[in-house]
Amino acid sequence: MNPNNKTVTISKPPSFINLLYFKELFEYKELIYFLAWRDIKVRYKQTAIGIAWVLLQPVLTIFIFSIIFGNFLKFPSNGVPYALFTLVGLLPWQLFSYSLTTSSVSLINDQNLVRKVYFPKIIIPISSVISGTIDFAITFGLLIIVLWYYKILPTERWFFIPLLFFMTIMSALGIGLWLSALSVQYRDVRYVLPFLNQIWMYATPVAYTIKVIPQKWLTLYSINPMVSVVQGFRWAILNIEIDLSTPFYISIFVIIILFISGLLYFQYLENYFADIL
Amino acid sequence: MNNLMIRIENVSKRYRIGAHQTRYKTFRDSFTDLLRTPFKRFHSENPQYIWALHDLSLEIYEGEVLGIIGRNGAGKTTLLKIISRITRPTKGKIEIYGKVGSLLEIGTGFHPELTGRENIYLYGAILGMKKREIQNRFDEIVDFSGIEKFIDTPMKFYSNGMFVRLAFTIAAYLDTDILLVDEVLSVGDAEFQKKSMNKMSSISKSGRTILFVSHNMTAVQQLCDSCILLDEGKLVSHSHDVGSVIKNYIYTEEEELHSIWYNENNKYDFYWFTPIRMSITDKNGSPISGYVKNDSEVWVEIELLLKIIDPAFTIGYAIFNEDGICLYWSYHTDTPQNTWPLLTKGRIILKSKIPQNFLNEGLYRIEMIASLHFREWLLEPGKNTPNIFLRIQGGLSESPLWIMKRPGVVAPIIQWEIKHV
Repeated sequence: MNPNNKTVTISKPPSFINLLYFKELFEYKELIYFLAWRDIKVRYKQTAIGIAWVLLQPVLTIFIFSIIFGNFLKFPSNGVPYALFTLVGLLPWQLFSYSLTTSSVSLINDQNLVRKVYFPKIIIPISSVISGTIDFAITFGLLIIVLWYYKILPTERWFFIPLLFFMTIMSALGIGLWLSALSVQYRDVRYVLPFLNQIWMYATPVAYTIKVIPQKWLTLYSINPMVSVVQGFRWAILNIEIDLSTPFYISIFVIIILFISGLLYFQYLENYFADIL
Repeated sequence: MNNLMIRIENVSKRYRIGAHQTRYKTFRDSFTDLLRTPFKRFHSENPQYIWALHDLSLEIYEGEVLGIIGRNGAGKTTLLKIISRITRPTKGKIEIYGKVGSLLEIGTGFHPELTGRENIYLYGAILGMKKREIQNRFDEIVDFSGIEKFIDTPMKFYSNGMFVRLAFTIAAYLDTDILLVDEVLSVGDAEFQKKSMNKMSSISKSGRTILFVSHNMTAVQQLCDSCILLDEGKLVSHSHDVGSVIKNYIYTEEEELHSIWYNENNKYDFYWFTPIRMSITDKNGSPISGYVKNDSEVWVEIELLLKIIDPAFTIGYAIFNEDGICLYWSYHTDTPQNTWPLLTKGRIILKSKIPQNFLNEGLYRIEMIASLHFREWLLEPGKNTPNIFLRIQGGLSESPLWIMKRPGVVAPIIQWEIKHV
């Protein structure tokens, strides 16, 4: 019954899956944009060098890696200068790491919004991930300059970059949805994150090549979707021949599982956020 | 009959109270629990719960301005939170026909680093407005809130007053069918309060449905055309006669209409003084209870233990009628300074006569109020201060034409004169 032809909303005790949720998410799409815009605007406020931090972070990391891994430990880098090799690996890794961290703590940071205003709360982690893509774009600009210096030209493989980018975002968001939903009840998430980031980075071939991994561990290693992504970036940008087929399918499968489970877990727990945060 | 806007069917809301720590035995237990408990927790039959709303049913129609009153913790805000879908009911169902806008905790979502202009867009989007809608109303919002000079200043430099003014304005300019308002009219200075009251009444006249939670009975009476009273999550009364619901709230909620108050267990105790007693007495100081005739001499006595003499200390009472309207405040410092009672440390009794032939028939609530003048409230009116009751009946006037309660808040007897021309 709808007496006055207006939108009907029904609020009932929570059920596990609510399809209307996604319809409503679409109605609030502008808010995703506004929150991402807010995050971008305020992120480097009151810092002395501002947006330069975006470039400084990868540059410093590469510097450290080059000294330790490239110089002292002499890690192989597929015949590419070690710094460039690491930069290409860091590009998706930093996107992943930033997205994972911000989306995981996003609900705690915006807890007032969660407790006092109604909208599909999944908007908060999603928009926090979007703000990280600006950093990605800037680092990518840096990469292009470096590539130009080394006289490496784009090939048709570059068309795969959007897919790889998308895979990075989806895997970070998948975990981010799980962790942010958990963080509402367990603030431990905030303290677990730095370790998770560190472990994950060493489990991803950012500073080394996949060749150092023994063959028998390779399948297990490939469960980490970032392995395929980082390898994929090197394949696409540095023209390194890498056999991607098997780990790639595993990764896509893992990402889909992570994302869908995160989504369901989040939208179910969301009904309780305002009560327990 | 107008269109139905909200149907609330047997809605209950349960909250968990207190700490909910389970003792972990080993690290392994805690880790497996970590993954499991978010589900287990909500389904466990732990008895640490309270029902904030209990089996509430209500229908609200288009254009209705419904006041929601009740004591703190009666479930008023919970009800608004469920209607705005910030939280879900534990049982029951709510159907809402139309778009809901809420003025709960206004200003949530402002970012201090962003400018006023940027925050108008951000906050509007948070409240569910489209960018175009905000653009269309932008000038009106800036104009109403009166912050045009600071529109491009980051909000962290705003005064508190500017902050709430802007927040209220954006929310009030929401274009929704149903508006939920929670105690927001108490923000800002007196002038802005008046402005926002007017804004609320013009919204209500435009045919929108408003749910209005407030402790300000005058505002409820002025704005609402129907009213509900909640007590411990239950609907106690619901009527289009707003005044009767308000009376119901003010007078049946009190356990008894005592005319004497004692400071039991030193519940009220201040650095400067401890109130001991407040009572209604006759001119000899003996307590009066029951009905009082309007022409009899009635005194308010306040007994207290004065511990520190502070020249700014001032004590007195505020008197409210059945509609919750404050008739007046009276302090021991109201007269020229050389006629003030000279306060001394120790136990003292301050007494003051209620004007004879001034009040109307009815029941009055007298609240003890005290403050350090212009510094801080000790006993702030309306904030759970000690109170007693006075019922006036009869003795209104000796005029044969005037024997019953008269219209009007007060019923003074005023002499008339005549000039023959």
